[in-house]
Amino acid sequence: MSYLLPLLVFLPLASALFLFTTAGKISAQTVGFVAASAIGLSALCSIVLAGAFLTSAPSTPLQITLWEWMHTQEFSADIAFALDPISLLMILVVTIVGFLIHLYAIRYMEEEPGIARFFGCMTLFVSAMLVLVLSSDLLCLFIGWEGVGICSYLLIGFWYENPRNTAAARKAFYMTRIGDAAMLCGLLILATSTGSLQTHTVLTALGAGTIAPQTLTAAALFLLVGGLAKSAQIPFQTWLPDAMAGPTPTSALIHAATMVTAGIYLIARLHLLFAAVPLVMMLTAIIGALTILMAACTALVQTDLKRILAWSTISQLGYMFLALGTGIWQAAVFHLMTHAFFKALLFLTAGAIIARLHHEQDIFRMGGLYRSMPGLTAAFLAGAAALAGLPLVTSGFYSKEMILSSIWSAHFPLAPLFLPLAHILWGMALAGAFLTALYISRCVFIVFFGPSRTAASGSTPRLMAIPLACLSFLSLFGGVIEMPDTLAPIHLFTRFLSSPFPHAEEPVWLVLTGGSVPIAGIVIAWILWGRATPVMQEIPGQSTIIRMAKEGWGADALYDFLFVQPFRFLVWLTRHDILDYLILGIGRMTRAISTFFETARTRSLTLFSGKTILFLHEGDALLARFQNGRVRWYAAWIVAGLCAALVSGVVS
Amino acid sequence: MSPLPALVLLPLLGGAVAWLADRSSTTGTSSARKISWRITLMVLTLETVLLLITTFGQHSYQGPWLDHFSIPWIPIMGISFQLDMDGLSLSLLWLTLILSFPCVLLATRKIDTNAGAFHFLFLAALTGITGTFLATDLFLFFFLWELMLVPMFVLISAWGHEDRHRAAIRFFLFTQGSGLLMLLSILGLVITHYRQTDVLTFDYFTLAHTHLSSFLSMVLMLGFFIAFAVKLPVVPVHVWLPAAHTQAPTAASVLLAGLMLKTGGYGMIRFNLMLFPETALRFAPVAMGLGVAGILYGAWLSCAQNDVKRLIAYSSISHMGFVMLGIFTGSNTGLQGAIVQMLAHGLSTGALFLIAGSIQDRLHTRDMAQIGGLWASWPRLSSAGLFFAVASLGMPGFGNFTGEFLVLLATWHVNSIVAALTTAGLVLAAIYSLRMVNRIFLAPTRTPPLHATDFSIGQMSVLGVLMVLLVLLGVHPQPVMTLSLPSSLSTAAPSSGGDYGQ
Repeated sequence: MSYLLPLLVFLPLASALFLFTTAGKISAQTVGFVAASAIGLSALCSIVLAGAFLTSAPSTPLQITLWEWMHTQEFSADIAFALDPISLLMILVVTIVGFLIHLYAIRYMEEEPGIARFFGCMTLFVSAMLVLVLSSDLLCLFIGWEGVGICSYLLIGFWYENPRNTAAARKAFYMTRIGDAAMLCGLLILATSTGSLQTHTVLTALGAGTIAPQTLTAAALFLLVGGLAKSAQIPFQTWLPDAMAGPTPTSALIHAATMVTAGIYLIARLHLLFAAVPLVMMLTAIIGALTILMAACTALVQTDLKRILAWSTISQLGYMFLALGTGIWQAAVFHLMTHAFFKALLFLTAGAIIARLHHEQDIFRMGGLYRSMPGLTAAFLAGAAALAGLPLVTSGFYSKEMILSSIWSAHFPLAPLFLPLAHILWGMALAGAFLTALYISRCVFIVFFGPSRTAASGSTPRLMAIPLACLSFLSLFGGVIEMPDTLAPIHLFTRFLSSPFPHAEEPVWLVLTGGSVPIAGIVIAWILWGRATPVMQEIPGQSTIIRMAKEGWGADALYDFLFVQPFRFLVWLTRHDILDYLILGIGRMTRAISTFFETARTRSLTLFSGKTILFLHEGDALLARFQNGRVRWYAAWIVAGLCAALVSGVVS
Repeated sequence: MSPLPALVLLPLLGGAVAWLADRSSTTGTSSARKISWRITLMVLTLETVLLLITTFGQHSYQGPWLDHFSIPWIPIMGISFQLDMDGLSLSLLWLTLILSFPCVLLATRKIDTNAGAFHFLFLAALTGITGTFLATDLFLFFFLWELMLVPMFVLISAWGHEDRHRAAIRFFLFTQGSGLLMLLSILGLVITHYRQTDVLTFDYFTLAHTHLSSFLSMVLMLGFFIAFAVKLPVVPVHVWLPAAHTQAPTAASVLLAGLMLKTGGYGMIRFNLMLFPETALRFAPVAMGLGVAGILYGAWLSCAQNDVKRLIAYSSISHMGFVMLGIFTGSNTGLQGAIVQMLAHGLSTGALFLIAGSIQDRLHTRDMAQIGGLWASWPRLSSAGLFFAVASLGMPGFGNFTGEFLVLLATWHVNSIVAALTTAGLVLAAIYSLRMVNRIFLAPTRTPPLHATDFSIGQMSVLGVLMVLLVLLGVHPQPVMTLSLPSSLSTAAPSSGGDYGQ
C-alpha cells in the first residue's frame, strides 16, 4: 500500500515534466487532458488510500522511506513519506479539489498560447503540495514548501507581458521567502537540538523534555512566522490580493484552497510543539483574530470581484489561525477543508462570470446577472452561503460553529486574569462572522440582482459546469460529518482524525448566536444593497477611511515606505562596488605617492647634482689658481710644505 | 601504472596537437577551421575515459587515499612530480570534466579568430586546474597553480569583450600577487622543516608533520589563506572577479566561475585546514566573519546590477561565501556542505554563464534593459535560464540548497546569530535571481534579430544533463557527500576518511 504514496507525488510530477518538454508541440486539448488525467489518477490513489485507511484503520501511520537524503555526523534527513489522518485529509482535498479545478481549467485556458506552461506549473504545484503534506521529515516538507512558492510565482506572473503581473508575482515570492527564511531558522533550531527533523523524532524529543524551553519558544516563533507569511496573515497580508493577477484557476487552487493553507497544516501537524509554548499560541490566536476583522473590513469596501474573494480568503485563514492558537487544531483543519470547497467554488464561479462579461471584474459594472446566467448564480449562491455560514444547510456553518463554540471556553494561561481573552477573541470572531455575511451578501446583491449593466455573452461550457456542480454539492453538504452536540452527536470528522475533540459544555445560546449572526449580516446587507432602492448606492471610495480600507489599511504604502524604497535607494546608492573603488583608490593613491616621491627625488637629485657641479666648478677654479705655471710659486709651495712637515714632526 | 599523470598532462598535449593541427590546416573551409574544436572534443572524451578508469578501475595502490603517483623531478631540491587523489579531488575532477563539455559543445565552437590557440589555452587551463586538484608536492602545486593563470589571462585579454585588457591585468595582478605570498609560505614551511630534520622536501604529507610555533604557523597559514581567498574570492579581495567574469569570453567565464573559484575552496580545505588544523581553528572566527560578509555583500551588490554577467558574478561571490563559512565551521557537516555547495555552484553558475554568454553572442549586449523578454521567441533558452536561476536562489531539491543547508546547520552549531543573519542572504538571493528572470526571460517580449535562434535540441540536452545532475545533487547527495570528504593525512594508517580535525 505504501508504494501509493510516492506514486501519488510522481504522477503529477511526470505530467509536469512531460508538459514542459513537449511545450508547443502538442495541442491544447491534449495538454489539458494529460494534466487533468494525471491529477485524476492521483485523486484515485488518494481515494483508494482513504478507503483502505477507513476500513482497516491501521494503528501506526503508513510510512515509506525512499532514500537517505543527507546523513552527517550530527544530522540526518531522509526523503520519507507518511500517511496519517491529517495528511490523508489534506491529500484528499488537494487531489480532489485540484482535479476539479484542472477539469475546469481545460476549457477556461484553451485559448492561451502558454497553456502547456500553465498546466505544467499547475501539475508541478500539485506535486509539490503533495510532497508538503506527505513528508514525514520536516526538511523534506520544506522542499514542497518552497516548491509551491515557486509554482505560485510562475503562475501569478503567467501573463508576463504586463509588468504589473510579474511585479505581483515577485512580491508574493519575496514576502513568502522572508517567511521561508524564518522557517528555515526554526528548522535549524530543531535540527541542532534533536539531530533530526523527522516529525516523530522531534515530537519524541519534545515529549522527553530534551529541548530547552527557550529553544522551543524560538523554534515555534520562527515556524509561526513562516506559517504567517505563507498564509498571508498580518503582517504579511499584502501579497495575496495582488496575487489575483494570475489566472483564475490558479487563484482557486493555490491562493484559496491549498497553498495558503500550508501554514495551518504545518502548525496543525506540530500542534504538540506549539501547545508546549503558550506564548506563541496566544500570539497565533491574537494575530488570527486581528486578521479576521482587518481582512473582512477590507473585503467590505472592495470593488473588484477577485479581490473581494482574496481578502475573504485572508479573513477565513484568520479563523483557522485563531483556532490553532486556541488549541483546537481539529476545528482549524475542518474549516480548512470546507473553506477549500466553498472558496474554490467561489473563485471558479467568479472566473466563469468574468470570462462571460469580457474580463470585467468591477462588481459595480455587473448587476442583474441572475437573469442571464442562472446556473452560475446558483453556484455562487451556494458558495456565498457556505462562506457566510448560513445555519444548517451549509458546510461553512458547521466548521465555523466548531471554532466559535470552542473559543468561548478556551483557556490562555499567559493572559492577565482581569482580561477575559477567550471571550474577547470569541467576540472578535463573531464580529468577523457578521462582517463575512455582510460583505459576501453585498457582493451577491450587487452582482446578481438589481439592474443589469454589462451584457453577458456565450454560455458556460459543460466541462466548466461539472466541477462547479461538484464543488457546490461539497460546499453545501461537506460539513455534516461533524456537528455540535446541541444539534446531533455526529463526530465523524474528529473520529477520523483519531483525536477525540474536547467538546466542552456548549450552551444552546452559543450555537444560537453563532447561527443567527450570519442571518443578521445577510438581512442588513439586503437593507443596504439589496432592496429596490438600496441605502448604499454609491460606489465606495469617497471618504478617507473607506479609501484607506480599500487599500488594505495602507500596509502596502507603509511597507513601500519602510522597506522597499529604502532598499531600492540603498541598492542604487551602492550599485558600484565600494570595495572596488577602495582598492583601486589605494592603487591610485600608491601611484600618486610614488609619482610624488619620484618627482621629489628627481628634483632633489637635480638640485643636489647642480650644487655639486657648482661646487666642483668653484673648487676647480680654485685649484686652477695654483697651477699658474710659475716656478717661483711652485718652489714656495714646496718650501711651505716642507716647513709644515718639519713643524708637525717636531711638535708631535 | 597510475593514470593520474596522464589525466594532468593529456589536456596540455592535446591542446598542443589542436593548435598545430589548426596551424597546418591552411584550407579556409569551415570544416577545416573546426579541426581544433574536434580535437578538443576528442581530448575531453579521452580524459573522461581516463577518469572512468581512475574511478572504477582496480587500484594497485593500497592506502587511505584512492591513488598515488610519484617520480622525482628536481631531486636536488627534493621536488618530485607527485600526485595523489582522494574523494575530494575525484569529485572536483568530475566537476571539471562535466563542465568542460558544455563549454566546448556550446561556447567554443563559435570562436573563429585563431581557434587553435584558443583551444590550446583552454586545455592548458584545464591542465592547470586538474593538476591543482591532484598535486601533493607543494612546488608542483604552486607551479600548476600559476600555470592555470597564464592561459586564462591570455584568454581574457585576447578573446574578451570591450574592456578586456584592464580586466585581464587586474585578474593577473591579484592572483599573481597572492600566489607569490603562497610561494613565500611554501618556502617558509620547507625551510622550517629542513632546519628541524635536515631533509629538504616539498612533500605534502611529510611537511604536514612539521612542528611550528603558533606565530609562525599563523603567518604561514595566512600566506596560503590569502592566495586562496583571492581565488575563492572573499570580500574584500574579490574586486578582480566581476570585471574578469564580465569581460571574459563565454568559455573562460564558465571555467573561471565553475572551476577556478573551486581551486580556492579546494586549497582552503587541503592546505589551510589540513596542514594547519589548530591554527585554522583559531583563525576560524575571522574567516567565518569574512564568509558571512561575502554572502551578504555579494548578494546585495548582485541586486543592483544591470549587466547580466555582472549580476551572476556577484551572486558567485555570495555563493562562495557559503563555501568559506562551511569550511571554517570546523565540523564535517560544514565541510560536506561546502563541498556540495562548490559542486552545485559550479553546475548552476556555469550554466548561467553559458546562457548569458549565448545571449551576448546572439544579441551583442549584456544590458538587461536592452535584452528584454526572450520567452516568446526563445522558450528553450529562457526556460533553461529560469531553471538555473531558481536553482541558484537556493530552492530545496537543487544542489545549492543542500550545500547551503548543511553549511547553515554547521554554522548554527557554532553561532546561531551569525547563521540567522546568513539566512537573510537567501532572501536577497531570491531578489536578484527573480529580478533577472523578470527582466530578460519572463518579461514583455522584445523581438530579437531574425538570424539569432533559440537553443537547438542538442544544446538543450547538454544543459539537460547539468539540470539532472543539479537535481540529483539536491535530492540524493548522500553518495557524493560520502565520497567527497577529504582523506586523512596519515599515509600509513588506513582510515575511512573524513576525520581531518580529530
